Amino acid sequence: MEGIMNMVGQVGRNTLQAIAKLGDATIFGATTLRLLLARPWQGKHFVMQMYAVGVGSLIIIVITGAFTGMVLALQGYHMLVKVGTEALLGPWVALSMIRELGPVLAALMFVGRAGSSITAEIGIMRVTEQMDALEMMAVNPQSRVMLTRIIACAISLPLLVAIFDVVGLFAGYVIGVDMLGVNSGVYIGETIDKVSLNDIQAGFTKSIYFGLLVGIICTYMGQRATATTEGVAKATTQAVMLCSVMVLILDYIITSFYL
Amino acid sequence: MRSWLGFLMIKTQDLVRAFDGVKALDGVDLHIEKKKVTVIMGGSGSGKTTLLRLLAGLDKPTSGSILFADEDLAKVSMKRLYELRMRVGMVFQYSALLNSLDVYENVAFPLHEHTDLDESVIQTMVTMKLEQVGLRGFECMMPSQLSGGMAKRVAFARALVMDPQVVFFDEPTSGLDPISAGVVSTLIHETTVKTRMTSVVVTHDVQAGLAIADHVILLWQGKVIAEGDAESIQQSEDPRVQQFIKGEPNGPIPFSRSQTAYIDDLMHKPGCVRMS
Repeated sequence: MEGIMNMVGQVGRNTLQAIAKLGDATIFGATTLRLLLARPWQGKHFVMQMYAVGVGSLIIIVITGAFTGMVLALQGYHMLVKVGTEALLGPWVALSMIRELGPVLAALMFVGRAGSSITAEIGIMRVTEQMDALEMMAVNPQSRVMLTRIIACAISLPLLVAIFDVVGLFAGYVIGVDMLGVNSGVYIGETIDKVSLNDIQAGFTKSIYFGLLVGIICTYMGQRATATTEGVAKATTQAVMLCSVMVLILDYIITSFYL
Repeated sequence: MRSWLGFLMIKTQDLVRAFDGVKALDGVDLHIEKKKVTVIMGGSGSGKTTLLRLLAGLDKPTSGSILFADEDLAKVSMKRLYELRMRVGMVFQYSALLNSLDVYENVAFPLHEHTDLDESVIQTMVTMKLEQVGLRGFECMMPSQLSGGMAKRVAFARALVMDPQVVFFDEPTSGLDPISAGVVSTLIHETTVKTRMTSVVVTHDVQAGLAIADHVILLWQGKVIAEGDAESIQQSEDPRVQQFIKGEPNGPIPFSRSQTAYIDDLMHKPGCVRMS
């Protein structure tokens, strides 16, 4: 009996801790974003971080985008052909990509590629006293290190999603038209007809929020990591897990608002 | 207030810093004179790193005051603290070079951040500082390619590049081979004399510490137990001081840190208090 109560207690404690952490991360994100208003303006450093975070993730985004589009076309064709509506393959691929899979899959890949490296880098900077060194050289690490990375994520992810979508649509077209023999004119015509600006907006709104979310959580986890090699490793794993789960949860919430 | 300003750089009064109720520093009063090398010594856990972080303004005291020039670091605003830091340099224990930048960019970093000087001027200044620490010609190396001693010298050059009034050194000789340690010690001493800056060195290296010190402060369990020039420390009759500078394993600072009776632990399995 006592064992069960202990287990229940442990679950409760963990939940409370997770909620407290999320609240702490929110406060951290808000205070960091407020530094956007403060001088000095970090223009050059935003660009450098966007390069590291965005261009660094490009290859993985292109590859996953291509294969997502390809598999969507393949699956969609075999399903649509059963009800005789393979003419709708174009919008099927496009809407799935633009509304849902583009933002979510790109965000998940982004978490693995860029998010983990942000947490690890910040953690290591703390272990090796680089954060204190910045502080001693009168450079505010929260603004220089945290803010630049959060903003870089929020700007890079929507751009990566755009690339992901375009590559995916093209790959879907290649499979649908060249391999499975859907009429090219029908494919493109139906796509243009069925995809509205609203769909594209929904996709991009999501990706901006995802970018902010990934940036805040990953910098937060790096900042709060125990300053040991072990602590950094643990924080990196936790950051990736937390981001992935939060992306999916947030995706549901935003989708429910947009439908 | 002004009376001590003439020759004192930093003065602390009844400085206390507690972590979760445990006092790492317990009422420290000390003076750091201008243009002198002050060495703060103490064993592991004596509170010397905590003290250095407080003096450098990286941490806030639980109570007490730290007067830097005539401003209390415990009370100044963030903005003012950043302004004061322009006059302060720090060499960290693990050098803390920014590993995304090469040696030149690391040394030039404070200048790029806080001045609008021409790149040619900055280059001259960086070259001068690197010459001062004997590493001219290593500008293009990355921190990961440097040995520990070289990294520490680059960190020294970086700390000096703004021509600070005070430079803090955290364990400048630990982890270095005897020659590198000697080089760093000599650099600290010579630079202090030549540029008339104030140096504050925190170390547990007794030989290196006593060799360069104008003034020694010995910490033990968060308190200052001895103060004076190197000679008076060596001649101190306090057994704790003698044990520390001679490095004896047993004495007032006991070898065994166990709190329980040996016989009890032999009879009962000593268990850690674990979470269920």
